[in-house]
Amino acid sequence: MKYGYYPGCSMEKNARSYHTSLMAIAEHLDLDFEEVEDWNCCGATEYFAINDIPAYALVGRNLAIASKQNGSQKLVAPCSACFLNLKKTDHIMAEHKNVNEKVNIALEEGGLSYQPGTVSVHHLLEIIVKDVGLEAIEEKVQRPLYDLRIAPYYGCMVPRPADMESFDDPEHPTSMDTLMERLGAIVVDFPLKAQCCGGHMTQISEETALELIRRLLKNADDYGADMISTLCPMCQLNLDAYQDAVNAHFGTDYHIPVMYFTQLIGLAFGIPEKELGFGKEIVSAQPALRKISDEPPQKKKRRRRPRRRTGLPMPTMPEEG
Amino acid sequence: MKQTLSARAPSLFEEVVAETSGLGENLNTCIQCGTCGGSCPSGDDMDHTPREIFALIREDMRDEVLSSNTPWYCVSCYYCMARCPQDIHITDIMYALKRMAIKEGLYQKAGKDKAPEFSETFIGFVENNGRSFELGLATRYHLRHHPLDAVKMATGMGLQLFTRGRMDLIPPKIKGIDQLKAILKKSKELGGEA
Repeated sequence: MKYGYYPGCSMEKNARSYHTSLMAIAEHLDLDFEEVEDWNCCGATEYFAINDIPAYALVGRNLAIASKQNGSQKLVAPCSACFLNLKKTDHIMAEHKNVNEKVNIALEEGGLSYQPGTVSVHHLLEIIVKDVGLEAIEEKVQRPLYDLRIAPYYGCMVPRPADMESFDDPEHPTSMDTLMERLGAIVVDFPLKAQCCGGHMTQISEETALELIRRLLKNADDYGADMISTLCPMCQLNLDAYQDAVNAHFGTDYHIPVMYFTQLIGLAFGIPEKELGFGKEIVSAQPALRKISDEPPQKKKRRRRPRRRTGLPMPTMPEEG
Repeated sequence: MKQTLSARAPSLFEEVVAETSGLGENLNTCIQCGTCGGSCPSGDDMDHTPREIFALIREDMRDEVLSSNTPWYCVSCYYCMARCPQDIHITDIMYALKRMAIKEGLYQKAGKDKAPEFSETFIGFVENNGRSFELGLATRYHLRHHPLDAVKMATGMGLQLFTRGRMDLIPPKIKGIDQLKAILKKSKELGGEA
């Protein structure tokens, strides 16, 4: 299967392990990613705060190059913000003529143009779960993640791409849960799975940000998670790199590794940890990985409900005599 | 003489709608239910909940709205938007309020956090290189506002990320930077800003 690929700035450095693990599993899954040539930053959540037409034009350049390069092939973004910005710009250009006109006049200055609707933008998780399919993934599992308790974390923009249709439930997504189960892991309840990690808030008001991160870590910990699986570089950075700061600020003692779902797929496929970027995380994954068992968990025998010896008290007739 | 509609100065509500390229048109259908504020992860730290901001906009309370920290504490998670019974584009309205506050200098005047400058520093790297640059962003922004934090960053988390090969020392740059600059220059003219 061939796809256009928009990595986004984080994948180059901070989230390199996401990129390497994706490329490692892509081979096994027959996925062919063609990177958008000379792509630029999507503007994250910053450009819209300053100037909206340039923010759309910035993303417009990527869409224009992608459509020229790959025609109507699906364009895959592994980062939540990149995914949202690409999908949203295409959508807004299609719905709002004035935005479309302005963006195209600006693109013309660079010898480019973009017809909204040409490129169809998807997050990586959707491609893995829907296009590749859970059965195909399960077939490739060599070393199931038995006994590893995972809290699947979706964050905000993948389940809720603004007012556009989502491939999963906006508040209670389940696609990554099912995926992790197919890898053999135990998926724990994680009610805050679609709550925000705070994004850039660590830089604006650290106290606000640390509280958002604490809630997520506490929730995963409360349900006994050994590990959090994530699909976004920003979520990974906040939950992983700020875990020490949360512990220092709140006097907690969390050590929950935060790994990309692609790393976990790779691990279950039997790909060596090194090729999947393990070791780049700040909160080490090793203690959690040691919990993986070779044996499938014993299925708990369903306890039969003891039969009531007596039924509900029934009205009785007074005995005659 | 009868005053024509066009001669009247636009209300704050009309300005917000214009600033969202029309996305905020149904703001006047807000029923003040408060679902937005109740769903907001950072609502506790906001001067006003989104519901209150919308009421203030309709009352034309310009300074109160544009000097509020509310839009700057919005984390763009779209939770309120997913739940709003009136399908109001709340997140986009928050972005519009940020732009208006910067334009009028009202947020800075309030002397609160330096959120607008964080966005501007981030975008500065993107406009000049075509890519974001975390190290440059952290040092430039922190050195200006919280020099102590910059030292903390460099010796703590910064170092942890660096030793794991997760941080660039040199800003990455795209090949077509001149093309991008031409596109952005034109789009700024069209957006009404130079």
